[in-house]
Amino acid sequence: MFTLTKVNMLAAAGVWRRCINITIRSLNGAKVVTRGFVSSENAEESGKADSDVYDIIISGGGMVGTAMACSVGFDPNLQGSKILLLEAGSKKEMDKAPDVYSTRVSSISPGSATLLSGLGAWDHIVNLRCKPYQKMQVWDACSDALITFDKENLQDEMAYVVENDVIVAALTKQLHALSDQVEVQYRTKVVKYTWPRPYHAVTSIPWVKVTLADGRTLKTKLLIGADGSNSMVRREAGIPTVKWNYDQSAVVAVLHLSEPTENNVAWQRFLPTGPIAMLPLSDRESSLVWSTSHQHAEELLQMDEESFVDAINSAFWSNENQSELVEAAGSLFRAALSFLMPDGTSTRQLPPSVAGVGPKSRVMFPLGMGHASEYIRHRVALIGDAAHRVHPLAGQGANLGFGDVSCLARVLSQAAFNGKDLGEMQHLLEYETERQRHNLPMMAATDLMKRLYSTNAAPMVLLRTLGIQATNALPPLKEQIIAYASK
Amino acid sequence: MYCNTFGRFACRVFRESRFQCPMNKGQGTMSKRLATWTSCKHYKQFLERHLSNLKFMGVATRLVQHVRTVSHSTLDPAEVRKFQAMANKWWDLQGDFAALHSLNDLRVPFIRDNLLNVHSVHPISKPLAGLRILDVGCGGGLLTEPLGRLGAVVLGIDPVEDNVRIAELHASHDPVLQDHVQYRACTLEELADEEEEHFDAVLASEVLEHLADLDTFIHCCHCVLKPGGSLFITTINRTQLSYVSSIVLAEWLLRIVPGGTHDWDKFITPVELERLLESSGFCVESLRGMFYNPACGAWSWQKSTAVNYALHALKQRAEPQQDHIQPESDGLDASAHTDGPHQYNIRTAGRDTHTHTT
Repeated sequence: MFTLTKVNMLAAAGVWRRCINITIRSLNGAKVVTRGFVSSENAEESGKADSDVYDIIISGGGMVGTAMACSVGFDPNLQGSKILLLEAGSKKEMDKAPDVYSTRVSSISPGSATLLSGLGAWDHIVNLRCKPYQKMQVWDACSDALITFDKENLQDEMAYVVENDVIVAALTKQLHALSDQVEVQYRTKVVKYTWPRPYHAVTSIPWVKVTLADGRTLKTKLLIGADGSNSMVRREAGIPTVKWNYDQSAVVAVLHLSEPTENNVAWQRFLPTGPIAMLPLSDRESSLVWSTSHQHAEELLQMDEESFVDAINSAFWSNENQSELVEAAGSLFRAALSFLMPDGTSTRQLPPSVAGVGPKSRVMFPLGMGHASEYIRHRVALIGDAAHRVHPLAGQGANLGFGDVSCLARVLSQAAFNGKDLGEMQHLLEYETERQRHNLPMMAATDLMKRLYSTNAAPMVLLRTLGIQATNALPPLKEQIIAYASK
Repeated sequence: MYCNTFGRFACRVFRESRFQCPMNKGQGTMSKRLATWTSCKHYKQFLERHLSNLKFMGVATRLVQHVRTVSHSTLDPAEVRKFQAMANKWWDLQGDFAALHSLNDLRVPFIRDNLLNVHSVHPISKPLAGLRILDVGCGGGLLTEPLGRLGAVVLGIDPVEDNVRIAELHASHDPVLQDHVQYRACTLEELADEEEEHFDAVLASEVLEHLADLDTFIHCCHCVLKPGGSLFITTINRTQLSYVSSIVLAEWLLRIVPGGTHDWDKFITPVELERLLESSGFCVESLRGMFYNPACGAWSWQKSTAVNYALHALKQRAEPQQDHIQPESDGLDASAHTDGPHQYNIRTAGRDTHTHTT
């Protein structure tokens, strides 16, 4: 009897709400007609029950957010959960790689590649395009110090250079296959997040409320913020962030090499103004990431193609910053090392010379470092750049984000298998601890490297020259570094 | 904004300060007991009174049963306010019941894995789908909800109406629980007659140590269980160590709990419990010791059942057979609750030889 009354009331409420909706729509006139379908669906949905609560809402459909959506979507323990991905942009689909390379590329470590192949996206990436490299050479403009990283006998891939668009497109394709498991709303902007109290208070709704620009309000047990380094989720949650801007901007571009080569080495040279890196894209093309002063970056952007190419070549080849003192000390040390460990020194390889720049491919953006002191709050978790932003010199930005994804997905899967409320702090803290333990040392090392190489003062140059040569002479140490960066 | 940060900080300071004070294994139990006590002080008295009544009036006496439909809108705001303070306590993960919340890390996997061993395997996302479970002494529904999320249909009963309302209210927010969790303010005795052989599993978690008449309680558990159904019990042993931790330390020395809260005589040893279960038509499947570490607020399995222990027994299908007692060392199922489903399947296969068939 009672149930019947309840149903009647609910139905009445639904009808009433729909009436209001119709009225509003007719008042709004023609503009709404195009959205008619959507609106009526929404009315249906909200009429069904106010208690329609999502288990997970992921805010931000970039590389990391989409990977998160796929991870939780494929997880067997989370089958049947209501999962929603919100993205402000439009759906990025790609059936075939475009002719020109995109300037925004990421270096994908074997660990991240494992995650992506677990999600079924790696095959799509390989089919579209990606470029593995077997070796990395890092050297100093102020001395002859040199360090090379490679996997044993160049057998395995060090990492892969993949365009960000390709990664997103591959993940989107996989997400499409999951459409009954993960709901995706493109072109959706969030205007407000309302947080619940830290624990369940009986009278208030215990979920996070997400208010969208179109007026809808969604509720979720767990909100995952994957909305980039300017994260709105982080800001609205009031999570304190340690951050500073480097006095540097990065200039990125697609470079055409003067002649086709095997192109399987990633090159990075530390100039006093900042590191310049060349990552292989294909036999003939490489991607440039040049971190330098804001002013110099502006100049590089304004230059005509020929002088830009000259600037790049001289940045990789010139010896003008070297001082004789450091040079002498360095070669002495190198001689001593090669006496102690005959295998400890590497021969310097020369990077390929650049012949041209992809049309309109030059872009610059400011660099900074940021770290959220907490990755989680009650019913909130931050992943990717929303939690941490790094200097591109170590090529770790995307990898740290994918590491977050695989950790958080694992923690959530276990929580679901134990019947837990997914937004509880207890298991989210596990995620935070594990990831901060990995991310912080990586960020600190990256920041230290940036600082150590931002000067051409002789003592610092000497210090880093000796340090890098010693590191290069110790294969176990290098293996450790590679292993850490490959996670 | 900052209260959360402060809360975490305070929690850390609290843990650290506890860490510094001299501590032995028993103290863990003490603080856990503290948590349990607050929940049980009401219904301890209630149960005692009620159980003795039952003895006089006979089991035929029926009380009117209130089956409340979970609905947000039918609640009186004044009533809601009244229960708010207490509900906040039940569901404050860092509050008085923190130890009970973290006990879920052991008991949920223990119950889940043992049930999966007994029953056929269901879809991984809802491993307990299709099972009916009775949670006796559900309190705020701390154990009821996780099992409901795993797909079981769980009825939580508690003699304290306040607890039941709080549990209902809390579950009402989560649509996933709507069809899986139900609560009722009644005692097991009241339920026993009408729901005969109705449940696949009965849980009595942290309940036994507050009962006046254990024999009747176990008998009622037997009544409501289907043949072959599982009984899960977590409780406190009656040992010198448990006396020291829950009575001497908690009540006399630290005075965290008013004197006379705990009745050490009501604690039950695993041997006594096993004997009682065997004679009531159960066979004990596994018995494991539990240990609470107050420094990190986490529970872990241990060999010793000297203070807290968990037990799984099966209702025998045929007449009770004494020679079916499993050795204690068999308590290795439901190990390492951090295992994923894959590991689980492997273990299930390995356990098949041990699984008790009656």
